[in-house]
Amino acid sequence: MNIIEASALGKRYGSTWALRECTLEIPAGHVAALVGPNGAGKSTLLNLAVGLAAPSAGAVTVLGGRAAGSPAALDGIAFVAQDTPLYKTLSVADMIYVTRSLNRRFDQPYARARLAELGIPLKRRSGRLSGGQQAQLALTLALARRPRLLVLDEPVAMLDPVARHDFMATVLTAATDDGVSVLLSSHVLTELERVASYLILLSRGQVRLAGEVKDLLATHRQASLEELALSYLRNNPTEVAK
Amino acid sequence: MTALTMPAQPEEDASPRPVPWRRMAGVTWRQHRFALAGLAALLGVLAVALWLAGLQLHHAYAAAAACPAGSLACADLVNTFNGTNGFLANGVILQVIPVLTGAFIGAPVLARELETGTYRYAWTQGIGRRRWILAKLVLLAAAVTVSAGLFGLLLSWYYQPYFATGNQGLGLSEMTPFFPGLFDMHPVTFAAWTLAAFATGALAGMLIRRVVPAIAAALAVYAGLAFAAGGILREHYLTPLVTGNPNVPASAWILSQWWTKGGATLSQSTLRQVFDSTFQQIAPVVNNGSQKTQAYYNVLQYLTKHGYTQWTRYQPGSRFWPFQWIEGGWLLTLSVLLIAATVWLVRRRAA
Repeated sequence: MNIIEASALGKRYGSTWALRECTLEIPAGHVAALVGPNGAGKSTLLNLAVGLAAPSAGAVTVLGGRAAGSPAALDGIAFVAQDTPLYKTLSVADMIYVTRSLNRRFDQPYARARLAELGIPLKRRSGRLSGGQQAQLALTLALARRPRLLVLDEPVAMLDPVARHDFMATVLTAATDDGVSVLLSSHVLTELERVASYLILLSRGQVRLAGEVKDLLATHRQASLEELALSYLRNNPTEVAK
Repeated sequence: MTALTMPAQPEEDASPRPVPWRRMAGVTWRQHRFALAGLAALLGVLAVALWLAGLQLHHAYAAAAACPAGSLACADLVNTFNGTNGFLANGVILQVIPVLTGAFIGAPVLARELETGTYRYAWTQGIGRRRWILAKLVLLAAAVTVSAGLFGLLLSWYYQPYFATGNQGLGLSEMTPFFPGLFDMHPVTFAAWTLAAFATGALAGMLIRRVVPAIAAALAVYAGLAFAAGGILREHYLTPLVTGNPNVPASAWILSQWWTKGGATLSQSTLRQVFDSTFQQIAPVVNNGSQKTQAYYNVLQYLTKHGYTQWTRYQPGSRFWPFQWIEGGWLLTLSVLLIAATVWLVRRRAA
């Protein structure tokens, strides 16, 4: 099964194409990293996949052929948006209540246990948590929905190195222990090295590379994901100019 | 085939049972409890103040109405009633309650989500954004409408003394219930205007995406609508009656008056000439206010006897309730349309 299938997918804002002619199949069972410079179209692709945006051209399906944004798709996908939006005036306990109410499945014992483990008090307003705690809360709420696909948009961009490490460790546990497929975007490559098994390289609204990390490294004779991405972007300057 | 190695997906996963509507009640309450508690507190404080003021007004009215007309002591009581809570008498101040409560609760529903980015959380939950917004708007609309309706009951009790028939004979203020500032101080219209303000605010929030500008826009649209309704639309709800009888009851809403003689309508200047010469003829000297009123009636009688007719176009007081329901009805229809438009925009909005 493919967690995401895009065919000739495009998204235009005004006269600018944020994403063009994107054809892509991401198989299930990976931690897939969507990388590329700022403005490459990463958020646009993720928004299309979770149904927040509607395509201007082409089509995108998720979880083996379900229309993005359909009830069946929303039911199986948990999305943590950039800057991890939470209702700042609600307490952590209320965020749990709200998320549980808005979904068919919600593993409350898991959510509570994980928050206790992280030392996040249930009574505190989510707006008063530290940046790292807010990110962890958003991730916990997403994982407690027991999704089959977890989508994360720039999840660690705002976090300090320790929080970054902890966050990625949680994601990796979910992927390896619970079999959750993960699609995450980032413009910081180093943090992906340990976790990503699938890579999609995006620049200027188009897919430049896509495949399993080990295959891509072998084909392009690079030692690490970071080197691979950098050398690819450097060696194709016409495509990344401006 | 890889499909064979994958665990079979349960059927319900492909078309999951939707998340029940009732769950939105708790979600809506948690997200909007400060706004709803604020609404309850504001209306509660105003209700107590209005009740105390109302007791005073009703007391003054009872005292004045029970007093036989003519005596000096009675004149004092009449003046007391006519002067009680004068700042509330025309209803202008209370006009702001529907728009403030409606817009302040309606505008942030979507504007705050869009402003702070939490819509990216809300619209990607399993319930789906259509159920989410529809349930939220219906629940909040019901809450503001019901509380406004209850407050409207208190308002209509407060203003009762002004509409009692026979007030004029006693020298007490008597107003037509169609009086512009007071017409919507009744449960049906007060609630309907509050609902309309809420729906306007919700749509403005969706379109403008920022809380404060959305509230401002809702206030502006509401003000325009209220002036249009009071100044233009309302008198056309039912075809006005026309009468040549000069004694139109005080409860009637007089829309226009004109004079005719022998089938021809008199122009303003002709009318003034006729009045002036008749005044000179039958009441050349007028000393005070009451003599002036008496002289005016004498002139009217004189003119009527001499072939002049005063015509009045009016809405009778008996049409008060039909007018309440007509205004409530079109405001409800408008609100439903605004809410439907908001839901439609939320469903199709591409971030």
